[in-house]
Amino acid sequence: MSTTSTPVGSTGTPGGASGTAPVVAPPRRSPRPRARSNRWAAAAFAAPLLIYMLVFYVFPLYRNLELSLHDYTVRAFVQGDAQFVGLEKYREIITSATFAPAVRNTVVFVVVSLIFQYALGLALAVFFRNNFRLSGLLRGMFLIPWLLPLIVSASTWSWMLNSDNGIVNSVLAAFGVGQINWLTSPTMAIWSVTIANIWLGIPFNLVILYSGLQNIPGDVYEAASLDGANGWQQFWRITFPLLRPVSAITLLLGFVYTLKVVDVIWIMTNGGPANASTTLAVWSYREAFGTGQPDFSPAAAVGNVLILVALAIGLLYLQLQRRQEKS
Amino acid sequence: MKRLTLPIRTLPRLSLPVRGLAAVGVLTLGLTACSSGGTEGGAGGDGATDSTFTWWDPYPQHDDSSDWAQRVQACGDEAGVTIERTAYDTTALTNQALLSAQEGTSPDVILIDNPAVSTLADTGMLTTMGELGFETDAFDENLLAAGVVDGETYGIPIGANTLALYYNKAILDAAGVDPASITDWASLDDALAKVAATGNKGITFAGIGTEEGSFQFLPWFWGAGADLTALDSPEAVEALSLWKGWLDAGYAQQSAINNSQNTTWEEFLTGTFAFGENGTWQVNSAAEADFETGYIQIPAVDGGGAPAPTGGEFITAPVQDDEARYETTSQIIECMTTPEGLVETANTFAYYIPPTEPGQEALLEEHPELQTWVDAVRDAKGRTSDDLGTDYPVISEQLWTAVQNALSGAMSPEEALSAAQQAAESATS
Repeated sequence: MSTTSTPVGSTGTPGGASGTAPVVAPPRRSPRPRARSNRWAAAAFAAPLLIYMLVFYVFPLYRNLELSLHDYTVRAFVQGDAQFVGLEKYREIITSATFAPAVRNTVVFVVVSLIFQYALGLALAVFFRNNFRLSGLLRGMFLIPWLLPLIVSASTWSWMLNSDNGIVNSVLAAFGVGQINWLTSPTMAIWSVTIANIWLGIPFNLVILYSGLQNIPGDVYEAASLDGANGWQQFWRITFPLLRPVSAITLLLGFVYTLKVVDVIWIMTNGGPANASTTLAVWSYREAFGTGQPDFSPAAAVGNVLILVALAIGLLYLQLQRRQEKS
Repeated sequence: MKRLTLPIRTLPRLSLPVRGLAAVGVLTLGLTACSSGGTEGGAGGDGATDSTFTWWDPYPQHDDSSDWAQRVQACGDEAGVTIERTAYDTTALTNQALLSAQEGTSPDVILIDNPAVSTLADTGMLTTMGELGFETDAFDENLLAAGVVDGETYGIPIGANTLALYYNKAILDAAGVDPASITDWASLDDALAKVAATGNKGITFAGIGTEEGSFQFLPWFWGAGADLTALDSPEAVEALSLWKGWLDAGYAQQSAINNSQNTTWEEFLTGTFAFGENGTWQVNSAAEADFETGYIQIPAVDGGGAPAPTGGEFITAPVQDDEARYETTSQIIECMTTPEGLVETANTFAYYIPPTEPGQEALLEEHPELQTWVDAVRDAKGRTSDDLGTDYPVISEQLWTAVQNALSGAMSPEEALSAAQQAAESATS
């Protein structure tokens, strides 16, 4: 959760700062009593937000950092005497045998999910742009993956992909394909959870990109078709470039959402077999809650690494946006 | 869903609500969110509510009007106090217990899953039964062991359950297998081969990558003579090779690798499997199945019953500021664990085998058909026994990882277990 909040928070902060700046600025120009009371009023209005930010953003982040820098065993957690170990926990996770496969799985999971979610979401958005009969209903039906509780959709996927009794394998068998161990093969498992996640993410991409398409004026297309541009050219010369800002934010949000996915993977494979589908987020969850012995410190350390990654992507996005605004 | 006793069985599902919060920045959010809830339950240090004793248990399926809640209440009445009972999901209960201890608001009594006892005891939040003034002599030593850390007893079992092999009588008859003839691994393999020859499926078990996977593997692991302090012993390899062999021979299905105990049971209930490894808590469900079922003790490699791991809750008493409360707490526990009380507990929770001999005899008088389970429980072994204590969860995680590595074909049983042993050694040293 806090991963999402971080980039959002970071994009929000500059806005917030510029929002408060004018409020604080006037008193400097006219330091009269009335202005001072204005300042108090401004502070009072800002206070609820600041308190909210402190309690729900700053404190959890601080606590997460603190957990990762101390050696919180269960005993230390209760007694409150955790030893300060500096970056020891970070060294531990990076040298752990789980780290390399978890990073690899995270990259596969996030990159492949994003590419397919975006491409399929965009294709569907363009498709639905041409309003045809029942297009509203159809579009609504494409949102279903989004509306279903995750426990339902992930469980359904794991039943469908069951090696022995799953519908996917029985359909494949009808075409003479042998049994594929979707969820129990060490090489397949990560791809299976990625496929499920792509399906889950398409509606999100569809909705945002579709609303982006609504903002492209129709006369641009009219002019293009008068000039003899075919559908393919219209897409690459008009739709795609004009949709770039919306695409960027869709991909950014998609990245952050995908990076922190635990539930789909946990329900389908528990990150297994062994560590074959363990991503960094799943690893963090398992360390903290998945075994009989809660290991909060390494879990927090992995969580912080994820926050940094999300933050880096968020900053990259801001950079790109700024450059675009300049040009 | 019946979810008493063996909490780990439902662990993946129970943890769902936490999961949303958990995502990444995770535990901070989760823990702070929980901590606000933690305060309301505890009445520990509150002097004004002296006659109210707090009681936490992992049985949310039994509400205030249930027999269970009323028995708890009756024991409070007998001790002259009111009991305020709060029920949590199993995983949530451990977290709540830790949080309340951190805040000094622990309840008077917590019923908690047995492997968690040594973890809680390690934090210093539990009183010993000695401090509480409670006699533990009557309890079976093997069952009590999970509550013993460094020679001190921190809790007593209110009942025990364990694993056995359920069988489908029709399938065994068709294959010409007499269940009584299955006394060791060779005769079990033999029976599985005969079943496979008739075109039926052999056996279903849970190899999931959680505590449940270790729980299901342990009877075979211990039955081979292996020890949790040496995961890479030849005996351990033999046990894992047995499971792997079933998969390779087609006696068991690939999906066993991801099966939870619930899934395994659902598979068995389809009536297409000859055997299903499952626990005491399914006795009623087995009796209601559409086909005739029975159960045998899980055999050890060379015959006899394998030591299966015990499941079930322990009554523990967290440390209180006001030590005068211990006497009443002790009375309440006493009341809940009389032989009659234990039989009632057994009936409430679909056959929780009483942890004392008088209790077991009383139960057998009522239900002679449970003899197999009583034997299995007498042979059973606590997971945190052998002085493993808080090392157990660490070793267990490596054990289920090894099982998954071997069954999925990522590694051979030897490689998987020696990797597990190395990881366990470095994590517990």
